[in-house]
Amino acid sequence: MTQHTSRHYEQELETLKEKILLLGGKVEEMIASAMKSLLSRDPGLARRVIASDREVDSGELEIDHLCLSLLALRQPAASDLRFIATALKIVTDLERIGDLAVNIAERSIELSEEPPLKPYIDIPRMASAATGMVKEALDAFVKREPRLAIEVLQADSAVDQLNVQLFRELLTYMIEEPKNVSRALRITFIAKYLERVADHATNIAQMVIFMCEGRDVRHPGLRIADAAPEK
Amino acid sequence: MKSSVLATPRPTRQAAPGADPAKVAFRNLSFSYPGRQALSGVTLDVPERRVTAIIGPSGCGKSTLIKSINRIAEIGTDVKVEGSVTLDGEDLYAPGMDLVDLRRRVGMLFQKPNPFPKTIFDNVAFGPRIHGVTGSGELEQVVETSLRQAALWDEAKDRLGTSALELSGGQQQRLCLARVLAVDPEVILMDEPCSALDPISTARIEELIEELRERYTVVIVTHNMQQAARVSDRTAFLLSGQLVEVDDTEKIFTTPADRRTEDYITGRFG
Repeated sequence: MTQHTSRHYEQELETLKEKILLLGGKVEEMIASAMKSLLSRDPGLARRVIASDREVDSGELEIDHLCLSLLALRQPAASDLRFIATALKIVTDLERIGDLAVNIAERSIELSEEPPLKPYIDIPRMASAATGMVKEALDAFVKREPRLAIEVLQADSAVDQLNVQLFRELLTYMIEEPKNVSRALRITFIAKYLERVADHATNIAQMVIFMCEGRDVRHPGLRIADAAPEK
Repeated sequence: MKSSVLATPRPTRQAAPGADPAKVAFRNLSFSYPGRQALSGVTLDVPERRVTAIIGPSGCGKSTLIKSINRIAEIGTDVKVEGSVTLDGEDLYAPGMDLVDLRRRVGMLFQKPNPFPKTIFDNVAFGPRIHGVTGSGELEQVVETSLRQAALWDEAKDRLGTSALELSGGQQQRLCLARVLAVDPEVILMDEPCSALDPISTARIEELIEELRERYTVVIVTHNMQQAARVSDRTAFLLSGQLVEVDDTEKIFTTPADRRTEDYITGRFG
């Protein structure tokens, strides 16, 4: 893309992109560490994940502030406007992914206090699919590549499927033995968190398509005119 | 001009317009000054009772384009015009065109306010008088209505007999608008109407544009892209005398179709 006449403006947009990427990298790492704490029954690591959420929150504040000042001072238009609008929305998704990593870490601490219910098979698969989606969505954002974003959208149903499958399996544990219920429930929660991570990655991918093509793919069949009365 | 035209306001725009009829239509318009071609092959529809903004870098032909509508681009110079400009389907460059009547139907505001060195009242009454309104009651009525429409009445009503040159810049520009409105135009052209005004005066003019669109077709040339974004329904981007793109303003400022438009409005130009 051609450079802006104002190099300072160009630099600010570049900074915004870098901050988003940094935050994205941070939350991916949090999910990975939370999962590791679960699999290796390591509550210390889980606590570090919980503590690192503050960095994510402060990253969110910084990015919001940068977006608002760009909007106010630069009056961005067209692709710049879509880029900043996208940044403002995906920062919320990233922050939520950080919160979900914290939730996984909390459940991981609780689970580490009881004997293991069963070997984890599907949960790590879900985690790797969901974090892969986050990574790819951010990749699409950086490269301004809508095709990558579409691949993310297509990957979401596999994660949903795993979640349903896992729920069914855990239900059998609960039916068999009431003592299993609290652990099985916690694992169900973790599956749900990972499914939410994938949903946030989907949101990011949808915004990337909007950023690249100006096309809103979030709610097929619904037009702006249906949602709001004409002024 | 019949005074009854002034007394009955034009019907206002319906809330849910269908297809917008073109009030002014440029068809393959090429316009040359001696030694310089200002416009080449411009085809553009200006919808009725909408605000159309013309944007583009200096020298792209914006001013020539709007001045070709009231035919003042040709004043004092030789010009060559090819293609056509029509107003309600009527060819404005047809032989025998009544230019005085055309310039009544198509009013204009300029970059710098240009009131006559006369009283406020006489500035506004000037046009109606030329067009045959003579009764003093009738003139007073036209002056009041026009000043009210230009949001200047409250400030000017007690000093109608003082010189227009004593008004502030923003007030002078509104007076010029009242002068345009006094002859009941159909189209109002604005060539950078706020470039000499402070932000508050600018906001008042923009507010007026918002109201004018109910009854008039407005074409505004502006270097200020935020202004184009704020006041217009349609935006046309001109570059080197050619029309690059025209679309709904919201579309132009969020997802323009042409790379050159994108570069210009995002500040990547040149």
